[in-house]
Amino acid sequence: MTSHDVQFADLDGVRNALADADYLADAGIAGIVYLAERLGKPILVEGPAGTGKTQLAKSVSEITGSRLIRLQCYEGLDESKALYEWNYKKQLLRIQTEGSDAAWNDVEDDLFSEDFLLTRPLLEAIRAEDRVVLLIDEVDRVEVETEALLLEILSEYQVSIPELGTVEATQVPMVFLTSNGTRELSEALKRRCLYLYIDYPDLERERQIVTAKVPGIDANLADQIARIVRSIRQLDLKKDPSVSETLDWARTLVLLGVKQINAEVATETANVLLKYRTDIEKAVKEFADNPDELADSAS
Amino acid sequence: MTLTDQSAINGKPQADRPLLDLVSGFIEELRNAGLPVSLTENLDAMEAVTHIPLEDREAFKYALGATLVKNHSHWRAFEVVFEVYFSLRGPEYEILDGDALEGEEDQPQMPGDGQASGGGGGMSALTPEQLAEMLFKALMGGDDAMLRALARQAVMRFAGMEPGRPVGGTYYLYRTLRNLDLDGILDRLMDASRDEAPEDLSSLEERLERDEFNDRIDRLKQEIEAEIRRRLVADRGVEAMAKTLRKPLPEDVDFMHASREEMANLRKAIYPLTRKLAVRLARKRRHGRKGPLDFRNTMRHSLSYGGVPAEPKFKFPRPAKPEIMVVADISGSVAAFARFTLHLVYAISGQFSKVRSFVFIDGLDEVTRFFDGVEDIGEAVHRVNTEADVVWVDGHSDYGHAFGVFWEKYGKEVGPKTTVLILGDARNNYHASQSWIVKELKHRARKVFWLNPEPKAYWDTGDSIVGEYGTWCEGVHEVRNLRQLEAFVENLV
Repeated sequence: MTSHDVQFADLDGVRNALADADYLADAGIAGIVYLAERLGKPILVEGPAGTGKTQLAKSVSEITGSRLIRLQCYEGLDESKALYEWNYKKQLLRIQTEGSDAAWNDVEDDLFSEDFLLTRPLLEAIRAEDRVVLLIDEVDRVEVETEALLLEILSEYQVSIPELGTVEATQVPMVFLTSNGTRELSEALKRRCLYLYIDYPDLERERQIVTAKVPGIDANLADQIARIVRSIRQLDLKKDPSVSETLDWARTLVLLGVKQINAEVATETANVLLKYRTDIEKAVKEFADNPDELADSAS
Repeated sequence: MTLTDQSAINGKPQADRPLLDLVSGFIEELRNAGLPVSLTENLDAMEAVTHIPLEDREAFKYALGATLVKNHSHWRAFEVVFEVYFSLRGPEYEILDGDALEGEEDQPQMPGDGQASGGGGGMSALTPEQLAEMLFKALMGGDDAMLRALARQAVMRFAGMEPGRPVGGTYYLYRTLRNLDLDGILDRLMDASRDEAPEDLSSLEERLERDEFNDRIDRLKQEIEAEIRRRLVADRGVEAMAKTLRKPLPEDVDFMHASREEMANLRKAIYPLTRKLAVRLARKRRHGRKGPLDFRNTMRHSLSYGGVPAEPKFKFPRPAKPEIMVVADISGSVAAFARFTLHLVYAISGQFSKVRSFVFIDGLDEVTRFFDGVEDIGEAVHRVNTEADVVWVDGHSDYGHAFGVFWEKYGKEVGPKTTVLILGDARNNYHASQSWIVKELKHRARKVFWLNPEPKAYWDTGDSIVGEYGTWCEGVHEVRNLRQLEAFVENLV
């Protein structure tokens, strides 16, 4: 591991820098980003969908002026998609162009050299000369066995390629792993990371997010939106409205030129905020003046 | 300890010995509370705290949290341990017999209406009516500093804490809250905001106002709770308090003895748990692809390779999906357990070819209809508990009679594909056991399991006759918490 230069002076520095990039972090988020930077450790970000987990990685790459390298995880992801792959076709061509008189050892050495290596996101992040932020998105989607692929990178910042030897990082990249919590990640993986849980923001933060992200929104309307969303999250719903859905809703209301939300407006636009029919019905029933009539028109 | 910025930049920071001792003591306490903390995490935590300015309590907490707690459901437990272990200690938190408080630095300034001078002593001179009035105003205005001061005052005044008295914090909390009459204040707050509004509040607005006030009242309650805890720690010392406050993690909470708050947490925990379980089971099903060679299919595909079987084809195993019948006791003592099991079984009903459910106390009723085409399982389970017709004579558990009804009405429908789950503590109130029915069920059904929410040590004591029924079951399982329930259901599939 080589030395990494410290970019953040202190906790508040992180927070302010993130705020400048329009990411409103609370004390926990800023503190952990700062720590990860100091300790040179990856951050495992968990939390409900749509609370800004991926956005955090993007914003950090933005404020540190780094390149974002993203690995989207899915079931069936393997070494050749995540780490590296030998360029098999090019190798074949190489063999064909070689005359029959060439010594085997020369050819072999040649075939497994960097020219024939296809780098995939993880190796690319390790070999990068410039600053990078590595985002391993939705890590809970891969099988438990595939997680093992990540372990070497996360703890040692290196990749072992049998034919080439070990590739070590020239600089420690910041690594973010995100998970929606659809399954328990392995202990080995968790142990190597700092753990950050991003929950739905509280009233004050949500209001700030809405104000920051939706241009031209009235402070009053933002306040009302945040409060309604908080009340909706207290209902027992299948899927609580996420921050991104709150923002969508706010944008919708601004486009419609709404100044003041009343039950009718809320009912008509509820489908932006909630994505299940039962949830919409439930919310409408809770908030409407004359629930029955509105529930009919909503469904 | 000075700020560590300098040393951190210059290489390996040197931490103070006492600090390390403190952190390792804290980790010891976390382990006692049941949180898994590995050695690496321990070292990480030690290093992390050296990068944090120690005066910043929040940052210190998050540094420890990020390195030590890797599961969100453990966060609550972590917070409690943290609060106690790193509680603010000092003379101002001692439990005094008198009511004067001195030397407080963070006492907020009172609103300038002249009746208070800014110190705690000023507040203690208030009459109860004045105090209630100030509380009302603070809640109305959402004044956090004021609420904190009032919480402190309320605890001093109403909790009646005595040094060395061995009662838990809940008792003091109850006493304090009873004197504050928060429900009454909520009504007053609503009335006031109705008066203030220029026109009538629509129900949406009213609802929002109420949520806002409820939120503020919750914050007040948390302040009061924290205040009581601080005082108890000051009185009894960290170790003793940590022991009494040690709470089981959500997955270890006993169904039968869960407090209301724990119940709420359980209900929250069950949804992600079912989702995880469903994903895991679906994955298992998809991945068990090691079927035997499908000879016909392989030959057919070999034609495109000129008769060479280059591409072997395998049969997909199609494990039979069991049919489930849940027969659950929903009498008072075990109702919660039945509720969670029904919830879990229905949440993964995709894994079964059919699920039917029956509930009983001394009568028995089929409740499958409540779950038909319902998207919200929680709602259906609630209806089961309120609408099912399960009382026959007196509403005390009678397993014998309930089984009799089951056998008579539905016994014929139990077939070789059916797995029967019986849920209950088998406390039969000394009625006839009718255990021959369970025996007959066993003959007909694929499997019969009994799930008992009581600890094993209590089985077959008093009127419990689980042993008698158990002889005729494939297995009798102790299922006292979510962890055991999850393990059982996973095995079942």
